Amino acid sequence: MNLNKLTITEAINGLKEKKFSSEELVEDCFKRIKDIDEKVRAFVTVCENEALEQVKRIGGNVPNAEKPLLGIPFAVKDNFCTKDIKTTASAKVLENYVPVYDATVVKKLKEAGAIIIGKTNMDAWAHGSSTETSDFFTTRNPWNLNRLPGGSSGGSAAAIAADMTIGAIGSETAGSIRQPAAWCGVVGMKPTYGRVSRYGVIAMASSTDSPGPITKTVEDSALILGILAGKDENDATTSPLLVPNYLREIRVMGEMGGISWIKGIKIGVPKEYFIEGIEEEVKNNTLKAIDVFKKLGAEIVEISLIDPKYSVAVYTILQRSEVSSNLARYDGIRFGNNRTFFGQEAKRRIMLGTYTLSAGYFDKYYLKAQKVRTLICQDFEKAFQKVDIILGPTSPCTALPVGITKGASMFGELQDILVEASSIAGLPGINLCSGFSQDGLPTGIQIIGQNFSEELILKTSFAYEQATEWSKRKPNLE
Amino acid sequence: MRYIARLANLTLTDEEVKKIQKQLSETLKYVEALNELNTDKVEPTSQVTGLMNISREDEIKPSISQKDSLSCAMTKDNGFFKTKSIHEFK
Repeated sequence: MNLNKLTITEAINGLKEKKFSSEELVEDCFKRIKDIDEKVRAFVTVCENEALEQVKRIGGNVPNAEKPLLGIPFAVKDNFCTKDIKTTASAKVLENYVPVYDATVVKKLKEAGAIIIGKTNMDAWAHGSSTETSDFFTTRNPWNLNRLPGGSSGGSAAAIAADMTIGAIGSETAGSIRQPAAWCGVVGMKPTYGRVSRYGVIAMASSTDSPGPITKTVEDSALILGILAGKDENDATTSPLLVPNYLREIRVMGEMGGISWIKGIKIGVPKEYFIEGIEEEVKNNTLKAIDVFKKLGAEIVEISLIDPKYSVAVYTILQRSEVSSNLARYDGIRFGNNRTFFGQEAKRRIMLGTYTLSAGYFDKYYLKAQKVRTLICQDFEKAFQKVDIILGPTSPCTALPVGITKGASMFGELQDILVEASSIAGLPGINLCSGFSQDGLPTGIQIIGQNFSEELILKTSFAYEQATEWSKRKPNLE
Repeated sequence: MRYIARLANLTLTDEEVKKIQKQLSETLKYVEALNELNTDKVEPTSQVTGLMNISREDEIKPSISQKDSLSCAMTKDNGFFKTKSIHEFK
């Protein structure tokens, strides 16, 4: 039946109407994984036995208000702790680590009835934007197997693009959801920092880490964000703000002929985001997306933001510093292997971070970066006095060839040049497919909003998705 | 480089030291760009949530059991983690 192709909302409706069972839904996903994951390699661990066991317990029940995701298969990035399921962060240090507890995100998914079907590949410790620095293997882009899926949540983005799962979870520190979503042509939502709990996520840079959904549609993104978001007493940085019913809000907008809602919205387009060297097709598809919004009645305003090269520098220092501190806990005593198991990328980042935090250099690097971080936050505040949301390309290019990251010391940072500023400021952002290149590779646009403006972002995204056909295209993997 | 490696508790080969040193210099050169911006009167931002002094009730709750806590340890002894001696006796 190819039920694996369904979106989350389609699968929920099908289950409710008893068109098929959750067993059939899960089995179709495993069948797809068996058929094509040898080529794509999105999964580090596939948990077929556990998933089928869970499905059996559902019996004839269908999704309901209490368990809105009952029987829906999910792929989870391998840096989220899953009780009794190996969690490696694609790093050799953790190759045998089996957590004794669930990350809050995983707990919430399970409580909503979701079935974890596997753990997805990533850059080791999430250090990268290619999934090529995984200590285990490289994930391939389903649109072209000689290309990279992006990263670090490359496995989750590839699994969604190739219909190996119905829903997926990723995490972003600066680009790790949006950039792979752009390269794989799917919807990737990075929520406001503190909107979704980091508890049980193997930490990368704690002051920007943000878990979020990677999905086939904006509707799915709204549904899942609504389930994941909220205060968590295990993560003191989570916000006490009430979580809106995102899905209901965008549906109401849709029913009221949503398109008219978009008239009155002011969209800022930062001229600095069309950086030198941007691929022509990425640029053109972004301009076409702007035209779509114009036709829908939005007001387009050219704005100016701080040169993204400064965000790259700030991010590099903050991230390396926080990484060196976070990875200090891996001593091989309580869990995991010892520190000789770190890969090259991790060692390089720990070294730089230790240096920038060391006595005599702290002011010059870390403190300076934190001050420029303030300037970046203020820059966005100023921009949002003029516009409601900001739109630009997500990545300056389409998926790059396998092998390109070798020897590059700042590959990820330069790839993520257009998403770093918003991550540093903690802002929410989403990637949407904006079309395809001549070679058939997806291009992406991002929509960024003020802190906790996910509802506005999702509504705007939904209007765009309704007005375009891109989300319906699928890669050919036969 | 050897000093930083010691601070970071990493063991690096000579070849790694050479490679990482080169990459470290490249990266530090790139981030020098920040000096183009004047930050004399700017306060640093260490977090963006605006939340402060978040606390919760100090209640006793069930936690991870001793058996579970030890379940992933490479070496254990009699219900404890087993490590190399951390004091040097001469």
